[in-house]
Amino acid sequence: MWRYIGRKLFVYLLTFIVAVTINWMIPRFMPGDPVQSMLSRAQVSDPEALEAMTSYYENLFGLNAPLYEQYLNFWAGLLRGDLGISVMRYPEPVTDIILGAVPYTLALLLPAILLSWVVGNRFGAFAARSKILDNTVLPVGYILTATPYMWLALLLAWSLGIVAGIFPASGGYSFSLRPEFSWLFISDLISHWFLPFLSMFLVALGGWAIGMRNMIIYELEADYANYLQALGAPRKLIRRYAFRNAMLPQITGLAVQLGTIIAGSLLTEIVFNYPGLGSLILDSLNNRDFFLLQGVFLFVVVGVLIANFIIDIVYVLIDPRTRVQMTGGSS
Amino acid sequence: MTSVAGAPGTADSAGSPEPVGERRFSETLHFARRNPKLLIGLGIVLTFLLLGIIGPLFIGHDPNEYVGPQTQPPSGEYWFGTTTFGQDIWAQFVYGLRSTFLIGVFGGGVAFVIGTAVGFVAGYKGGIIDEILNMITNVVLVLPAMVVLIVAIAYLEARGLFVQGLFIGLTSWPWAARAVRSQALSLATRDYVDLARLSGRRTWKIITTEIAPNMSSYLVMSFILLFGGAILIAAGLDFIGLGPAGGVSLGLMLQSASQWSALQLSMWWWFIPPGLGITAIVGSLYILNVGLDEVFNPKLREL
Amino acid sequence: MTLRVNDLKVYYQTLRGDVRALDGVTFDLADGEIMGLAGESGCGKTTLGKSMIRLDSRMRHVGGTIELNGKDVPIADDDAMVPLRYREISLIPQYAMSALNPTRKIGRMVNELLRARGVRPADIADELNRRLELVGLDTDVLNRFPIELSGGMKQRVVMVISTLLDPSLLIADEVTSALDVSTQRAVAESMVEFRDRGYVKSMIFVTHDISLVYQMADTIMVMYAGHIVEKAPAATIINEPKHPYTQMLIGALPEVGSTMVQGRLEGIPGTPPGLLNPPTGCRFKDRCPMAFSKCSEQPPLVEIEPGHWAACWKTG
Repeated sequence: MWRYIGRKLFVYLLTFIVAVTINWMIPRFMPGDPVQSMLSRAQVSDPEALEAMTSYYENLFGLNAPLYEQYLNFWAGLLRGDLGISVMRYPEPVTDIILGAVPYTLALLLPAILLSWVVGNRFGAFAARSKILDNTVLPVGYILTATPYMWLALLLAWSLGIVAGIFPASGGYSFSLRPEFSWLFISDLISHWFLPFLSMFLVALGGWAIGMRNMIIYELEADYANYLQALGAPRKLIRRYAFRNAMLPQITGLAVQLGTIIAGSLLTEIVFNYPGLGSLILDSLNNRDFFLLQGVFLFVVVGVLIANFIIDIVYVLIDPRTRVQMTGGSS
Repeated sequence: MTSVAGAPGTADSAGSPEPVGERRFSETLHFARRNPKLLIGLGIVLTFLLLGIIGPLFIGHDPNEYVGPQTQPPSGEYWFGTTTFGQDIWAQFVYGLRSTFLIGVFGGGVAFVIGTAVGFVAGYKGGIIDEILNMITNVVLVLPAMVVLIVAIAYLEARGLFVQGLFIGLTSWPWAARAVRSQALSLATRDYVDLARLSGRRTWKIITTEIAPNMSSYLVMSFILLFGGAILIAAGLDFIGLGPAGGVSLGLMLQSASQWSALQLSMWWWFIPPGLGITAIVGSLYILNVGLDEVFNPKLREL
Repeated sequence: MTLRVNDLKVYYQTLRGDVRALDGVTFDLADGEIMGLAGESGCGKTTLGKSMIRLDSRMRHVGGTIELNGKDVPIADDDAMVPLRYREISLIPQYAMSALNPTRKIGRMVNELLRARGVRPADIADELNRRLELVGLDTDVLNRFPIELSGGMKQRVVMVISTLLDPSLLIADEVTSALDVSTQRAVAESMVEFRDRGYVKSMIFVTHDISLVYQMADTIMVMYAGHIVEKAPAATIINEPKHPYTQMLIGALPEVGSTMVQGRLEGIPGTPPGLLNPPTGCRFKDRCPMAFSKCSEQPPLVEIEPGHWAACWKTG
């Protein structure tokens, strides 16, 4: 049992090291001087401040030290939770800026992923019931997964936000309000949250529905389903078994799709100008704030790794086959 | 297995003069012609491809040039209207289709080559090589491709279509490698492969002559999925502003529409065509793939 | 007479037309009879077994009837078959190793199946435990997942489940082919035991392994290319086969006690005809050393001595 979890953990650790190394390598091995390119964009008029920033960043990159030392310093800083200081919002530390944006992204991501997964699985299983249903749900599902996240976001923002005016189409909350714990603010927060959520939910929904539909058709053809049918078991029982068994690969699918859905949430946030990590990425790109960009990158990677690990554990708890293998079953 | 048991003569009935391979091909073609998913999907993809190839030939100016009146809705002269700068959206659209197909072929192609190579070698060789390749695959699989791409491309000074395609290919191959690996694994234990191995043929020769042809339909379908995936990733990168500098693409069109407040100005003709184009192409590719699956896989035909 | 099959025709629908997997099959099965059903792969023996319980989506009932205990078995009507399945006719499938839902504990699956068939699991629990012990299994297997059982154990569990409602007819399809020799023997013996105890009335044992079936079956029926060629008591088939095909089939066995090679027979030159457009007349005539002009007409299956049926002009 521990072998399985240990293996997974090893892969995640390796991934983390790779991600950090990529993060360290890119500014150093790409053409151009990162510090100059960064500061040339930063609107700093005071020459003294500029000089201070230049020396700060050159020191931070440690470009003068030997490579291995640069690499080790990078890790040392990272382990202290120090991701550097933002250029865009100098002198705010990158970690603080990111921590301010993470709740918004999570508030979009978690409900969108979980709800689309649950509803999509239902739809997919339902589609496999008849040819007519299958021929309607299937194309709709494929069109939804083929929709670029930002395009559906644009369509919703325009139609429901701007034309119909039902929901606000931009921002995390109204400019006139200050964050506080009041009914007014919370309802405002929710109405701003709804469209980006809906947009992500719909795109993700299509993928789950298709996945489930394909899996359940496979399961309904499986030997155990044939055997039950030969013994006269009702379709209801066979469908229930098939649905449950088809759920298992869908859980793995959750881990596989995570990266795509996160990318989708970043794009969706940009359309709605929603104050999460996606908007932060856009801002940091526009301001060439590489520290912030790389900080966001590391945060996303760590988030993905944690989510993957949770999914692994859930899978082990749900699928008797892995559980049996882990406890050393008699086979 | 249900199709084989007790149904003699389905594949090898005596008395029919054509060789088996040819017959299987004609049977595949027979189903292909009758599969609506395959036909509709292929039809839409080809229509857009044709539009991307031929359309730009009829446009005498640079698609980013300010040629017409500003902020015009679609009209007889400007079929898809114009942007706030007076760019012809139809011109941008057909050029954008062209680059969408290019990035799909190139990005999907790079991913396909890496993915199948890793998958075949891992599945065929097994042992420690499999372990190592599997580990690499898992690591790349877990890394969120888009976010890696954003960071990597952000530092590039000169960005072109091919660099973008290359980077997309480098990050999106793992699932293909996994799929090919499991297929190759089951094929590698077949008798004829054993025979080839015993007769001392080289690994790559066995892979290319014995294993790959036996999963050609599977490879075609993998490529189509990678192709569609590359288009979507490229559109996302373009939208963030990491697209080819000075180029035209459907993603860049969405970006400039969003950047220059097409939403607030209700210039729907600016942001609907490019998104619709991407959705139609990628969606048709997916549906085409389902059709192919039904044609190649007899078990699915009855459904 | 338990089972009476009369001129049964079941075709597979394919792109090129109907494959006549069962082309006019007539036989009887007595109460308490265990009949081995033998033949090369693709002769229609699995199709015959399937036809009696559930046609798959490509199989079509073209003609003929099946009667069980005097009542018609409506094989073409899937819904009308449901009450008969399990209670009257049951199946041990070829794929017994994977016949159990992998994510349910076996006991729970059995209970759910029984409840769905209108049987209270509690009423039958004692019987279930007794039968599991009879085939040499611990009743604890009910608390396990299929993956925790070995192939032979799964096979025996499926055997017990399939016969739990004491069906009149049990179809056992290649149940021993995936097992090692010693387990094969044990499974075969428990099947005879089940018949002797009245858990099943009669049984059709589909197999390509004539030597195994010889030791447990009362009668053996040999099929060739969708037709029955011979049916007789087991000893008669082995020792005095009358049909040339049966003779060559028995002759091809190196000695009794060894296993026949599945697929093409070494000893008989040529291959069976395709069943898409089968030749007229006797279907074995092209490979038959004794063929003569009359073989272009189809020989009827006639009783050449009591309990011994054969379809050949030379024996009639």
